[in-house]
Amino acid sequence: MNAGIISNLPALQVVIPLLGALVCALLRRGSAAWFLTMIICLIMPVISITLLLTVLDSGPISYSMGGWAPPFGIEYKVDVFNAFILVLVSSIGAVVLPYARLSVASEVKAEDRPWFYAMFLLCLTGLLGITITGDAFNAFVFLEISSLSTYVLIAMGRDRRALLAAYQYLILGSIGATFYIIGVGIIYTLTGTLNFADLAARIPEIEQTRSILAAAAFIIVGISLKFALFPLHVWLPNAYAYAPSTVSAFLASTATKVALYLLIRFLFSIFGIEVVTDKLALTDILIILSLAAMLGASTVAIFQHDVKRLFAYSSVAQIGYITLGIALANQAGLTGSLVHIFNHAVMKGALFLAIGAVVYRIGSAEIDDFSGLGKKMPITMGCLLIGGLGLIGVPGTAGFISKWYLAVGAIDAGYLWLVFLLVLSSLLALIYVGRIVEVVWFRDPGPNLDGVREAPLSLLLPTVLMAAATIYFGIETSQSVGIAAQAVETLLGLAK
Amino acid sequence: MEFSKEIIANYNNWVTIFLMVSGLYIVVARGNMVKKLVGLSLFQTSVYLLYLSPGKILGGTPPIIAEGFTVYSNPLPHVLMLTAIVVGVATLSLGLALTVRINEEFGTIEEDEIFAKGDDQ
Repeated sequence: MNAGIISNLPALQVVIPLLGALVCALLRRGSAAWFLTMIICLIMPVISITLLLTVLDSGPISYSMGGWAPPFGIEYKVDVFNAFILVLVSSIGAVVLPYARLSVASEVKAEDRPWFYAMFLLCLTGLLGITITGDAFNAFVFLEISSLSTYVLIAMGRDRRALLAAYQYLILGSIGATFYIIGVGIIYTLTGTLNFADLAARIPEIEQTRSILAAAAFIIVGISLKFALFPLHVWLPNAYAYAPSTVSAFLASTATKVALYLLIRFLFSIFGIEVVTDKLALTDILIILSLAAMLGASTVAIFQHDVKRLFAYSSVAQIGYITLGIALANQAGLTGSLVHIFNHAVMKGALFLAIGAVVYRIGSAEIDDFSGLGKKMPITMGCLLIGGLGLIGVPGTAGFISKWYLAVGAIDAGYLWLVFLLVLSSLLALIYVGRIVEVVWFRDPGPNLDGVREAPLSLLLPTVLMAAATIYFGIETSQSVGIAAQAVETLLGLAK
Repeated sequence: MEFSKEIIANYNNWVTIFLMVSGLYIVVARGNMVKKLVGLSLFQTSVYLLYLSPGKILGGTPPIIAEGFTVYSNPLPHVLMLTAIVVGVATLSLGLALTVRINEEFGTIEEDEIFAKGDDQ
């Protein structure tokens, strides 16, 4: 690649899908829109991996949008932490898209398909934009781009309840984004800057004021609504359950993770974790809410009839693990959080892709319709099993690695009892995964499964890839943990 | 006396907070989907005021370099709020479009009537 392209990679990461979305909106045929989206989704990981390698090699990249020098212009800042999230989001996009063609064709009306891909690309733009930008207001704009396109994607689900889910998410998502922007407004009035690095430099001067705490509270609550922290999660189960399968898989793996990234960025790189934890009692609140999510949402998951809803509740529980690591705020705990952001994306990706393949074949995600499916769709159900084992945290799967780091973090912080609750929550996961395993493998196929065959190859390959990744990152951890640990070092270094 | 001075000096903030809280209250308290969106819109609008009022400097002119003027208002909040207005319009129109579709599918836009049909879960 020539130097001109290399130096503009941070901008291209966002601009290419944005322009692609425009072109998709003009196309009339779903297959043409899919082809264009596929090409873009294959370019994205190439860019993000190049960025990650550059950052690992030669330190953070600062890109001035439009040639306006920061802090006056919008700065795109890539360091190890957000390059890691960029690679995650763009790779999930690339894995999910080959799957999308058949799955979307079976679930979305023909005239809506070009719009579907336009919205998908806009959503990708928004998520990558939030991750790469170094400007608080620019992050809000991308947050809204990704959210608005997400509402449309959810509303495209077959069931009419998808509309209600989208409406509910629109109301709560907009309140969350508005809370965020109120917080940013207060900080802007206090400091006169929106640039992340500039904010981090100026906040120590005003950290004694009460206004900065109000701003922090607004921002934390706003972002928490976006990633569905426990009592703010009500939009999530319906949204994941009724969205088209591809969308459930993509959102579960990326959308909440990007919001978590933004929270970590604000807490550690901008406010400084001591400021927030000393005066807002954030550690205690987050630990309590995380535990409520881990235990409460897992318990609710056990009683779900719809497998997609079941795993949506399990997502709320898994987000609890991630916020727990953030609350611990020590080396091992935060590493656990970052690794779990990655690992949970891979595991939930595998699970939702497997469920989507079932929906493609039998048209239902009700657990009773799954009985005996292990004999009809062994590979898909094998992937479901591997993803489920990952959620439980069985050694040899990705889930074990992150829980291990979280447990070490809890012991380091002096909360030995947290480890027992971590294990208890894993046992709850064992129950809801076990329930599916029992139905799928130990019952005889019902009459609704006559003539049901294994999923087609284009659905099977992405699912198998994600399931294989669940095992790979459970055994070979040098990439995922290595990069996360490096990101944590910079985050905790900045917090001082 | 001091207290009432405090209130009057910050009257712009009081208006902002009043709009913010009443918007949020409507979203929570109303079951009608259009009314909820009106509340949401009001809530978002209060943010414009939150940004714009500190940006105005008394006696300041628009930020254009000219002879004899040295005090300028801050232009950045206006630019930011233009973007926020666009976002607000997009949210409102998408919300209304969803409400129209919900009305087509369920025959009502009252939340309690839809939930009473029992298929929300």
